Amino acid sequence: MTVLLDIKNIETYYGPVMAIRGVSMQVAEGQIVSLLGANGAGKTTVLKTISGAMDPQKGMVSYAGEAIQGKDPDWVARQGIAHVPEGREVFPFLNVDENLRMGAFSRHDGDIQADIEMVYDYFPVLKTLIKSQAVNLSGGQQQMLAIGRALMLRPRLMLLDEPSLGLSPKLVQEIAEIIRRLNTEQAVTVLLVEQNAKMALEVGDYGYVMEVGRIVMEDSCERLRDATDIQEFYLGMKDQGVRGRRRWKQRKTWR
Amino acid sequence: MEVFQLIISGVSQGCVYGLIALGFVLIYKATEMVNFAQGDIMMLGAYVGITFISIWDWPFWWALPATIGVMALVGVVLERLLLRPMIGEPHFAVLMLTIGLGFVLRAIAGAIWGNEPRALPTPYVGEVLELGSAVIGYENIAIIAGTAVLCLCMWLFFRFSRLGIAMQAASQNQLAAFYVGIPVKRMYSLVWALSAAIAGVAGILTAPVSLVDPLIGFVGIKAFAAAIVGGFGSMPGAIIGGLLIGLVEQFAGLYLPPGFSDMSAYVLLLVMLLVRPQGLFATMQKKKV
Ligand SMILES: Nc1ncnc2c1ncn2[C@@H]1O[C@H](COP(=O)(O)OP(=O)(O)O)[C@@H](O)[C@H]1O
Ligand SMILES: [Mg+2]
Repeated sequence: MTVLLDIKNIETYYGPVMAIRGVSMQVAEGQIVSLLGANGAGKTTVLKTISGAMDPQKGMVSYAGEAIQGKDPDWVARQGIAHVPEGREVFPFLNVDENLRMGAFSRHDGDIQADIEMVYDYFPVLKTLIKSQAVNLSGGQQQMLAIGRALMLRPRLMLLDEPSLGLSPKLVQEIAEIIRRLNTEQAVTVLLVEQNAKMALEVGDYGYVMEVGRIVMEDSCERLRDATDIQEFYLGMKDQGVRGRRRWKQRKTWR
Repeated sequence: MEVFQLIISGVSQGCVYGLIALGFVLIYKATEMVNFAQGDIMMLGAYVGITFISIWDWPFWWALPATIGVMALVGVVLERLLLRPMIGEPHFAVLMLTIGLGFVLRAIAGAIWGNEPRALPTPYVGEVLELGSAVIGYENIAIIAGTAVLCLCMWLFFRFSRLGIAMQAASQNQLAAFYVGIPVKRMYSLVWALSAAIAGVAGILTAPVSLVDPLIGFVGIKAFAAAIVGGFGSMPGAIIGGLLIGLVEQFAGLYLPPGFSDMSAYVLLLVMLLVRPQGLFATMQKKKV
């Protein structure tokens, strides 16, 4: 099993605020790795540090054996890392077709049209919306567009930031299924960030759990599903323990 | 037919405002910076054209593309040297920088080309078209036709070319543009190249009508008003705003006491800000950075 993404001890700051406090993790080629954690744990910041939107103060991010920390995000994307950011960042006033073509901006091969058709195979609903501006799509459709646009890069590694956020349970299942299919059919390695632990643990091969900027637990997703901590804090299978109440007392929603 | 003639000169002056306003809008949409030197870049374009045509004696139709090229290069150099290091600095700092840039450009132009007004001879200078009782100078027709052609090219570029769509993408959602691999910083250089080139065209078009001196860049203030009237963020709005101001000026000059003509642009701006503060073509676009 070759390691595609190797993160060593990164520390990332927002100004004086230390959001990532020494995180190390590995993503093996061909796997789906889930990164769990409550809101504010630092999951998004980890992804931003990988894709170059933020530079770590310390530590190393190596991708396919090459150090990529501190590089510009467009350069990182052209190396084959597609980041699907939190909140469906589509190009609002471009239509669906143009959004997808922009996903292939760095490509100069002749297969772009074929890949657009492939995206429509995965997300048939997008095909009916080709000429619609992205801003007019529903949340679920925008999420599909964002994932489809990332596919157009022909990525080797896809970073998915809370793709299930705000979607109906049925759509969440659909997205989960798509992630699985992309992994097997397109051989895309996936780093999946989720607050929806149930979905992330079902889909993932291996998982990491983050709390306030640190990795506090890692294991195969199968074993994480059985771990009592996870069941209590993330799957909501028991009442919150003392620890849960103390740490999350301001929290009003629970996914 | 006096009204018809007024409309023609209003529209042609408005085209110049509109083209400079287009430069404001392009840069603002892409980088959220306001380039107050836009008018002075137009002035520089006029002098570059004069250098090619009256000093080096190039034929007009060579001088035009050469001026466009030189000005595009000027835009890239300005962006790389001055603006890129300012990414992340407060907006007022960038504002002060571009205002300062205007002073520097005026000083440079005065040093190179002198402060006395110069004329730009063109193949069509002095010729007129007689339509009934109306007499229209070819310079004015050239301004209107040139602006129309330029707008058409811009529309085609932004609507259909891969690069144009990528520039739109980068200004609609910068982060997402980075994530799909669009070289966003290079897009900024391109935007500057484009708006400096447009300013250059505006300079060459306006030079035969009004003599050129280092201070002609101050029309940039009226162009800025035009951009706001148009909705500051809309490219068609910039042109329409420019046309409106050009027309209002002409008619104020005819029907109102002397002095009102120069003021009318700002009166229109004030009225606009009171009645419809978002401008004619509001682009209610939430931008994510
Ligand atoms: N733009 C920002 N400026 C300052 N602090 C931020 C910013 N974004 C996130 N943070 C802080 O960094 C920490 C991690 O945030 P984030 O990575 O978004 O967490 P998650 O994605 O797990 O919800 C949080 O404590 C948050 O308050
Ligand atoms: Mg997040």
